[in-house]
Amino acid sequence: MHDNALAVESESLCLRSLDDLNRFRKQIMDKRDPDQPEIVVCHGTGCLANGSAEVSEAIRSALEASGIDAKVFPGIKTTGCQGFCSHGPLVVIRPQGIFYQNVKPKDAKEIIEKTIVQGDIVKRLLYKNPTDGKKILHEQDIPFYKRQTRVVLHNIGKIDPTDICDTIASGGYQALAKALTTMTPEQVVTEIEISGLRGRGGAGFPTGRKWRSALNAIEKKGRPVYVVVNGDEGDPGAFMDRTIMEGDPHAVLEGLILGAYALGANKGYLYVRAEYPLAIKHLTIAMEQARAYGLLGDNILNSGFSFDARINRGAGAFVCGESTALFTSIEGNPGNPRPKYVRSVEEGLWGRPTVLNNVETWANIPLIVNKGGDWYAAIGVPHSTGTKVFSLVGKVNNVGLVEVPMGVPLSTIVEDIGGGVPGGAPFKAVQTGGPSGGCIPYELKDTPVDFDSLTKAGSMMGSGAMIVMDNRDCVVDVGRYFLRFLEEESCGKCMPCRLGLSRMREILDNFSEGKGSEKDIEDLLSLSKAIQDSALCALGSSAPNPVLTTLNYFKDEYLAHVTRQKCPAGVCKNLITYQIDPDVCTGCTACAKQCPVSCIAGEKKKPHAIDTSLCIRCGICMDTCKFNAVNVI
Amino acid sequence: MITFTINDQKVTAGKGWTVLETAREYGIEIPTLCHHPAVKPSGACRLCMVELKDGDWSKLVASCIYPVAEGINIYTETPRVHNVRRWILEMLLASCPASPEISALAEAHGVISTRFKIHDPSQNCMICGLCQRICEEVVGLSAIAVVDRGVHKKVGSPFMRPTDVCVACGCCLTVCPTGAMQNIFDTVRGEPKMPLTQLAM
Amino acid sequence: MTDNALYIDEMMDQYPAKPEYLIVILQDIQNKYGYISSDAMRLACDHVHVPMTQAYAVATFYQSFRLDPLGEHEIKVCLGTACHLKGGQRLVEDLERKLKVAPGETTEDMRFTLNTVNCVGACALAPVVSVDNKYHPNATAQKMEKVLKTLTDPSLAEMEGTGNA
Repeated sequence: MHDNALAVESESLCLRSLDDLNRFRKQIMDKRDPDQPEIVVCHGTGCLANGSAEVSEAIRSALEASGIDAKVFPGIKTTGCQGFCSHGPLVVIRPQGIFYQNVKPKDAKEIIEKTIVQGDIVKRLLYKNPTDGKKILHEQDIPFYKRQTRVVLHNIGKIDPTDICDTIASGGYQALAKALTTMTPEQVVTEIEISGLRGRGGAGFPTGRKWRSALNAIEKKGRPVYVVVNGDEGDPGAFMDRTIMEGDPHAVLEGLILGAYALGANKGYLYVRAEYPLAIKHLTIAMEQARAYGLLGDNILNSGFSFDARINRGAGAFVCGESTALFTSIEGNPGNPRPKYVRSVEEGLWGRPTVLNNVETWANIPLIVNKGGDWYAAIGVPHSTGTKVFSLVGKVNNVGLVEVPMGVPLSTIVEDIGGGVPGGAPFKAVQTGGPSGGCIPYELKDTPVDFDSLTKAGSMMGSGAMIVMDNRDCVVDVGRYFLRFLEEESCGKCMPCRLGLSRMREILDNFSEGKGSEKDIEDLLSLSKAIQDSALCALGSSAPNPVLTTLNYFKDEYLAHVTRQKCPAGVCKNLITYQIDPDVCTGCTACAKQCPVSCIAGEKKKPHAIDTSLCIRCGICMDTCKFNAVNVI
Repeated sequence: MITFTINDQKVTAGKGWTVLETAREYGIEIPTLCHHPAVKPSGACRLCMVELKDGDWSKLVASCIYPVAEGINIYTETPRVHNVRRWILEMLLASCPASPEISALAEAHGVISTRFKIHDPSQNCMICGLCQRICEEVVGLSAIAVVDRGVHKKVGSPFMRPTDVCVACGCCLTVCPTGAMQNIFDTVRGEPKMPLTQLAM
Repeated sequence: MTDNALYIDEMMDQYPAKPEYLIVILQDIQNKYGYISSDAMRLACDHVHVPMTQAYAVATFYQSFRLDPLGEHEIKVCLGTACHLKGGQRLVEDLERKLKVAPGETTEDMRFTLNTVNCVGACALAPVVSVDNKYHPNATAQKMEKVLKTLTDPSLAEMEGTGNA
């Protein structure tokens, strides 16, 4: 725990009312000096992988060695993912908001000496705006952040997620206290209905309506009822739920407790992907702390309402993101979706009424309860209210996490916030919705990003992954990628999904080798229709989407493979040849050393050449070359 | 009683019946592979898909698990239904080429050849799961498991080693629609505890 | 196995004897031993009262479970979409050639296990390779060769680091 003094004190300070919570909050605030500098180091998964733990350690030692006066001694805070992952490790100096990027442990001393002691700036660590080449000093002025509306992510990057005091200081658990002391469960449900919130997990089902149907089911079947967090963020390229669980775990927990209160549930489950160890750790800490403070467990805030939850680690199965598969998994079985035409609000976990919502959906609940459904409904567009968090990845300059109001044009996200494709070319397509979604081509870049517009464009919102593709990405290859992914991840129970996806992939495999005919394209469409119509669960029935949308928007590229044996993007191995441009090659021999089949030859410092008869097209030479001398034709 | 229509024919069903049960009651044919009255329906083969229509709106549902409801209109022979059936049967022809039962069923629905590559000419198990379900639900032993997932799914016993849990009752052999269990059976049952000759005494 | 059986028994005591605890118990066994042996699986089944078939189906269904021992070092190549677009598959193929094993397999000398993983959520650093749970951002065949060398022979890497190689 971060703040030991407060933690110990709290044992006798189990919060028993809204007043208690507010008094405790004031106590925390009083101990803080708003002018005291604070060094914030991002400890999100991305920054950690780039070495931010070493950076915060170096800053700590540099501080200790500096002999700074105790009065101005800065605090060091480690936070969840600040979103600008491509520029990590990130260090922010508060209260000024000085933003340092790509910080290495060796920079620590200079940051302390210059910025903390002398109040100077370490210029080389500032972010340079690629459009005008100017350095930007403050976090809030960076275009990546400036154009975002951080509602769900408001705490992330500001609070220490392992310290409940930090959460409480920034307003955490106010909504819960408000609901327990001043609102009936019915009023909570009504507020969610007014907000227009739709599930952030993919399908976009209205959350309020889901809760209402659960209440109706409870009326018929009685209790118990369960509330469940779907934290099995399996969409490749998506990491917003991971970020929320890691960076603001109490927001998810508070949302869940509010839902439990609204529905009269006493038991909940958080189903979290095993690949997210940090999220599991932070949620576990958050739950322990919440229990210690009387915010989770028996008689929460002395209201008479009791609720507790437990974390279920997923074990690696994409299909468990599907609600009924998730339930069978919690029950201790392989995650096969249930063959039933009954909604899970009526018959979910252990056959009981169950409300399952995604992490981001739950994290929205405290905000709505706090500020009102009308406030929330005013953000975004009429049928898609509020904000949505997207993970912007692939061929884009600013890779990271982005939160915008629903309904902003796709180009705003990719070009204005994301900074466009490296090199400045227009993007080719944006893949949204993961393996169930589709590709939106550049021509539709003004498409408003909301549930209904994305569906109209043939794609879907999904959980919010946005994968930017440029003209070096091949749609046949992307189609094969998603089909192979789903083939492996399909539970294999129903035949159209188990057999159909691999047969579709085989057809695409042929295309990637320049085989096949236009008739195969018709077959693909017909087989896709059969799978959509007959698969047992949403994984199967949405699986053809990536192929269908690319066939719709990029049919010429498919035809190029089939009729001309060409891969215009230069990706499909069997249709390309690697060659070295003799004018660019410096003869550094790096590629020749790496080539696994030793098919690159040449004299040192003279242009090299590839023996194409031996080349296995592994692409290592191209990845190795520092001079971009290796090309694909 | 619940009244609805199948192929515009008025039918009545008891509460809790499925569309498939009702259709069979009236002699309306719907093909199935994973269905068996002795075990709970699993909705795996999807061959029994039928079209549920309401005006212009329609969707396909699996008749073996779709509960009947007053006034619904079900169609068992529509272009969408045929499209699903034909693709499943054509894919099964390629996955289970050694099963005459599947070939016959496919032929009955007009599918006589497959455009897909045959990876294993001796394969006749389509992983309908009937063997596992009968062993668990009727025999009560759970000696057989459907293991792995996706394209790798297969039928076997734990660690793919013969298991003493199996009492060689042969129920799985009886329900297997393609006879594939005959090939798997000896990999499931453990060493007989007693020679058959002694058992007879 | 007796020591192991004792450890597993003690570990399982914290979980009620209900089928819903099967997965977490198997996870704990795997965390401790790197894989799930049939003896360990039997203990888990006895504790939560489920047939072996259920545990075996579970252990083969979920990607994170292993039924055979893990190599000394586990190399996981991320194949999320971002990593795929940035050459993740090429890294897998390269490692397959270098280690002479397919994904999911362990080298004969039990030194390395090669695995793939569907997105670790560190897409900004694509392609990502995780070696013994440490992420290697922006991985290339060259970088991975160095990592492999370091793991095979630490002294070799030091020499390379000082420019002697």
